Amino acid sequence: MTEIERNERYNKYVEAKIAKTHAWPSLFNAFWIGGFICVLGQIFNDLLLIWFPTMATQSAWTFTLIFLIFLASFLTGLGVFDKIAVYAGAGTIVPITGFSNSIASPAMEFKNEGIVFGMCAKMFVIAGPVIVFGTVASMIVGLIYLFL
Amino acid sequence: MSDSKYQTIYFKNKPKIIGFYSIVGPKEGKGSLKEYFDYIMKDDLFGEKTYEKAERKMVEQAVMGAVYNANITPKELQLFLSGDLLNQIVTSSFAARSFDVPYVGLFGACSTMAESLAVGASLVNAGYFNNVACSTASHFSTAERQFRYPLELGNQRPPTSQWTVTGAGCCILSNKGDGPVITSATFGKVTDFGINDVNNMGSVMAPGAASTLIAHFNDTNTTPDDYDLIVTGDLGKLGSEILIDLMEDHGFKMGVNYNDCGQIIYNGKQSVLMGGSGCGCSATVLNSYILKKIKNGEYKKVLFVATGALLSATSTQQGDTIPGIAHAVVIESQENFDNSKKNVKSKKRSKK
Amino acid sequence: MLPWYEYLIVFCVGGLICMIGQILIISTKITTARILVLFEMIGVFLAAIDIYEPISAFAKAGINVPIVGFGASLAKGAINAVKAQGLLGVFTGGMASVAGGLAAAIGFGFLFGSLFKAKTKKF
Repeated sequence: MTEIERNERYNKYVEAKIAKTHAWPSLFNAFWIGGFICVLGQIFNDLLLIWFPTMATQSAWTFTLIFLIFLASFLTGLGVFDKIAVYAGAGTIVPITGFSNSIASPAMEFKNEGIVFGMCAKMFVIAGPVIVFGTVASMIVGLIYLFL
Repeated sequence: MSDSKYQTIYFKNKPKIIGFYSIVGPKEGKGSLKEYFDYIMKDDLFGEKTYEKAERKMVEQAVMGAVYNANITPKELQLFLSGDLLNQIVTSSFAARSFDVPYVGLFGACSTMAESLAVGASLVNAGYFNNVACSTASHFSTAERQFRYPLELGNQRPPTSQWTVTGAGCCILSNKGDGPVITSATFGKVTDFGINDVNNMGSVMAPGAASTLIAHFNDTNTTPDDYDLIVTGDLGKLGSEILIDLMEDHGFKMGVNYNDCGQIIYNGKQSVLMGGSGCGCSATVLNSYILKKIKNGEYKKVLFVATGALLSATSTQQGDTIPGIAHAVVIESQENFDNSKKNVKSKKRSKK
Repeated sequence: MLPWYEYLIVFCVGGLICMIGQILIISTKITTARILVLFEMIGVFLAAIDIYEPISAFAKAGINVPIVGFGASLAKGAINAVKAQGLLGVFTGGMASVAGGLAAAIGFGFLFGSLFKAKTKKF
């Protein structure tokens, strides 16, 4: 038996050995918390439009996102966000709250290494790819539409 | 030991553990071994500004505590052997600043406790040093930020992951005085069975543990039944199950005397998934529960196998598979060791 | 305010998107950064092929709040800016449209990062 065969066999064995956890509860949690965050955004958006009837729809949406981002970083700061997230899983990662948390959490974590090379540089360890991919993709889309 | 086939060395001059000390974090202090630990920290920062500094302070306290328990003065300490999980083993080296003692840094990831005991026992047995401090530490928060994610990031830990123990342990080895005796040590080989999942350390280290255990049983002509307790470092629930299967494939049946530090340190209600891990896991369990039980006579002969996964954050990102290692030491109670010597002598006499 | 069933739609669509994320986490061990990028790219794609608008009109916050909406506004911003300004829009459009969210995330991250300290996980 070669080493590669042995490793393949071992990997398969380990894979089979891992106890299958029941996925349903975590799917349900992700569903209701994710849905709840979206409804929260919608309610804030609607209230905003009631209070400021002259506001443009696009601006209202931007304010809604800013509100949710604020909420998520604040809860991250208080140390509550990760407690909710361990229960909700993707329910808090996929909404914009996850993006906000992924910037605030390394900022808090690495401030011991200094403001410049610690907090500010490490702030984007997780969110960096989101910004890079987003920017590049939007430029590609723009280019396509430019030549269409 | 000229024959390179063997991995086990024997200590004839009775290197003894004359003092030991364990210090753990608050979470471990709520676990099932809480009454055995010498000191339980009230908070993870231990009065320091950063978790790294707290880890350092834990090592310092563990060494000083062990020196005190060994009834020697800090000046009598002759050598400090230590290792930990952080890059360039800063915890150990920086803690060594505060002792006026020669220092040898070791790295064996989570297997460092057994590694330092084996190296320390060799040096004491050979008569080069007396009063050697063997120590390791790990801290959940420093390991997490180095190997995984920021603490406050909202993610779910995969079901196969383990919880790095916050804790430090230290043993003082000497050939004078009384205490449990280290009678032999087996140095392990690095094994890699092609696992590259950083959240599944148990399956990385189980083949390493199996290889060392098989070598040990073959070298010493013993079976698992010859020990009151066989304890692995931090395989966790999954890893221990894999180890039992692997050992069975090689014809060794691990019985009820087998246990894993990672599984006994926390109680069932604490959400640690597969169990504890890290240098501190085996170090604190050895320096509290196991050595205390050897001292009060409950265990006579213990095989302590600390297991380690030799990875770095860079190697994982580059997609490398993770190698594992395990070192084993046999710790016997003093009476048991003296009796077995007498038995050997009497057997020799009867043969004559 | 909208009638109650509109909120139900928001809840269900938003929940469903998160549930798809959870299925990916369980079945592929995918990390947080990859999840965020993946869903963002879905948003860019939906907006690029011009079907994001009708979905958004139906699901509202259900799709705007997930990071899918963030990706979609990047793409929408780029498309609109290109139409108005030509080549310059390729560079300015995307970032300008998400500038609010991005600045908020960085600003609040900086603020709360300096105010609070990371604590050891307790669970």
